[in-house]
Amino acid sequence: MPHTPTPPYTSPARLLALGMVVLAMLWATLTLAQTPGDTAATVAVETAPAPQPPLPATGIRAYDAPNDGGHAITVEWTASGDDGQGRNNVVMYRVLRTPALRGPISPDSVPPGDPSYRLFDSRAYGTAAWRFIENQWDTLADVPMGSTRYENRGGKQRASNDFLPDHIEFRYKVLTINDAGGIAESEVSAPASASGQYLHTGKLLHIGIPVVIFLALVLYFINAAKSGRELYIRPLAGINAVDEAIGRATEMNRPILYVLGLGAADEIATIASLTILSRVTKKVAEHRTELLVPCYDAVVMSIAQETVKQAYLDAGRPDEYKDDIVYFVTQEQFAYVAAVNGTMLRRQTATNFYLGVFFAESLILAETGSIAGSIQISGTDRTTQIPFFVVACDYTLIGEELFAASAYLSREPKLLGTLKAQDYAKAIFLGVLIAGCVGAALQWQWIARTFHLSF
Amino acid sequence: MERRPIWYLVGLIAVILAFAVSTTLRGFYITLGSFLTLSILSFLYKDNIFYKAAEHLFVGVSAGYWMVMGFWSVLIPNLIGKLHPPLVRPFVPAIADQPPSYWYFIPAVLGLMLLWRLSPKWPWISRWALAFIVGTTAGLNFIRYMASDLLGQINSTMVPLVVIEGGALDTLTSMSNIVIFLGVFCGLIYFFFSKEHKGAFGVGSRIGIWILMVTFGAGFGYTVMARISLLVGRFQFLLGDWLGILS
Repeated sequence: MPHTPTPPYTSPARLLALGMVVLAMLWATLTLAQTPGDTAATVAVETAPAPQPPLPATGIRAYDAPNDGGHAITVEWTASGDDGQGRNNVVMYRVLRTPALRGPISPDSVPPGDPSYRLFDSRAYGTAAWRFIENQWDTLADVPMGSTRYENRGGKQRASNDFLPDHIEFRYKVLTINDAGGIAESEVSAPASASGQYLHTGKLLHIGIPVVIFLALVLYFINAAKSGRELYIRPLAGINAVDEAIGRATEMNRPILYVLGLGAADEIATIASLTILSRVTKKVAEHRTELLVPCYDAVVMSIAQETVKQAYLDAGRPDEYKDDIVYFVTQEQFAYVAAVNGTMLRRQTATNFYLGVFFAESLILAETGSIAGSIQISGTDRTTQIPFFVVACDYTLIGEELFAASAYLSREPKLLGTLKAQDYAKAIFLGVLIAGCVGAALQWQWIARTFHLSF
Repeated sequence: MERRPIWYLVGLIAVILAFAVSTTLRGFYITLGSFLTLSILSFLYKDNIFYKAAEHLFVGVSAGYWMVMGFWSVLIPNLIGKLHPPLVRPFVPAIADQPPSYWYFIPAVLGLMLLWRLSPKWPWISRWALAFIVGTTAGLNFIRYMASDLLGQINSTMVPLVVIEGGALDTLTSMSNIVIFLGVFCGLIYFFFSKEHKGAFGVGSRIGIWILMVTFGAGFGYTVMARISLLVGRFQFLLGDWLGILS
C-alpha cells in the first residue's frame, strides 16, 4: 500500500502566533501577581485571631533527683495564674529540655552562620552512642493541669533512646497550654545535672533503726557466748540425727553424699549449708568415712573445697583429704540431677544430705535416695520445695531451722549469739505486729505506714 | 553391676529403628531426642546402660554448653567489651564504640585470682576473691531480704482483726484477717530456738507447725500440678513430634 504523506497540522505562522499568546498570558499572570492591592486575582485570606495565651508557669527549678541511683532530674515550677484560678482554663503543661553544654565541642559540627547552634557529640569522649544539640528543645512529657512537678527519669544505658547521662547539665522550661490552644513559655531553669547518691535518706528509718537494734543485740549475745554464758538452743530432730547418720554410713562402710543445692555462694542457705558441711566433714574425717560432694556452681565448689580441706585439717587428718571429694558436675539443673541420681544408685550412699537452695530437683533427688535405701536429712529455705523433702526424707530442717542448725552444730559463739539475737528481734517484731493490728482496728494508720516501704 | 545382654540387644534394635524411621535430618534429631527421653525415663525401672549413656551425654553436653555460653555472654561483652570495646566489634557491634571502662580490671583481677585455685603452690590467693564475692553479695542481698522478707511481711500482717463495714461485722474478712495474724504469729513462735516449746508457748508452736504443714500441703499439690505439666510436655513430644499420633 503506497504511503501518503500526512499534511502538517501546524504551519510556522500558526506556531508563532500560539507562542506569542502563551507569552502574553505568562506576562499578564506575573504582572498581576506582583501588583499590590486588592485585585481580581488576589484571594483575600481571613486569618483567625491568635488564641490568647495563659499566664506562664513561674519559678521553674531543676535539681538532681534525691535518693536515687542517678539518671534523674526533678523539675518543679509554680502553677500558672490561670491554673485553678484566674481564667481557670489551663489544660496541661509541656516540659521541654535542652542541654546546657560546657563540654568539648567539635568545631566541625558548628553550622556556618549560626554561632548559637552547637553540636555536642560524645565522640569527643570516645563514644558516639548519644549526643545532644544545644538550643534544641526536646519535648519530654505533657503533664496535666494542677501539676507542679515532673521527674525526668532517663535510661541508664548509653544505647537506650531515653539515656540521661549523669554529670551533664541540662536546662528546662515549661509551656503552659490552655483550652483555646494558647501557649505561654516559662523562663528557662538554671542548669542541673543528675548524679547517684550513696545513701538513701528515706530508708534510714525503715532499714537503719532495725539494723542498729539488731546489731546491738548480736554484739551483746556474741559477747555473752564468748564469756562462757550458756545459750540455750532447743534441740531439733534433724540436727540430732546428723551424728547418727554419719555413724550409720561408717558402720555400713558406704559413702556419704552431701548436696549443697543449686544456690550461688551469696545465698544464705548455701552459706549455712557450708557451715554444716564443715561439721559433717570433721565427723567424717574422724570416722574415716568416704564423702562425696557434687557441686552445681563453680564458685560454691571452690568454697566447699576450702571448707572440706579445713575440716580435715581441724580433725587432724589432712592426709585423708583429696581434691576430688568435692567436684563440679554441671551448671544445668536436670543434668546435675541425673548425675547425682546415678551416683546415689551406683555408689549406694548410706546417708544423703540435701542442705541449701533447691528447686524442681528436690523430689527427684529425695525419691531416688529413698529408693536407694539411704537415710536422708534435708533442709532448705525454699518453701515450695520443703513439702517434697518432708514426704521423701527422714528428717527435714524447715526454713530457718537450717540456719539454726549451722549454729547448733558448730557451737561457735558468733553463730550462737546471732541466733539468740535473731530470736529477740523476732520477739520485738511480734510486739510490733500486735501493735499494728490494734492500730489498724483503731484506724491509727501511722503504725502500718511506718513499715511501708516506698522506694 | 550385673550385665544384662538383653538390654544391649534392645538398645541396638532401638537405635536401628531410630535410623530407619528417620527419613530427614529433623526426623533424625527428633528420634534421637525421643531415644534419650526414653533412656532417662528408663531410670524409673532401675539404673541401666541407657540411662548411664543419656546421663553422661547430658552432663557432658550441658557442661560444655554452659562454658561456651559463659564465654560468649559474660566474658566477651562484660569483660573484653568493657576493657577494649573495638576488640568485640565482630561479635557485639552495639558496644564496640563505647568508651573503655577500666573499672572492669578489678573483676578481671578477682577472676584471675579465683583461677589460682588450680595452682598447687598458691591456692590461698583464690580465698581473697571468694571472700569478696561472698561478702559483697551477702551485703547486697541484705537490703532485699530486709525489705521483702521482713518489713513487707510485717506491713501485710498489720490488718484489723475485727472488720466493720457499713456498721455491720464483715465476718469473712474478719476471719481471713484472724487466720493471717494467727498464722504469722504462731509460725514465728515455732521458729523460736532459744526457748523450750512447753506450756502456752508449746501450744502456739504446735499451731504454728500445723499451719506450716497445711501451707506445705497446698504448695505440694500446686507444684505437683506444675510437674505433671512437664511430664505432659514430654509425652506430647514423644506422641506428637516423634510418633505423630497427636496432631
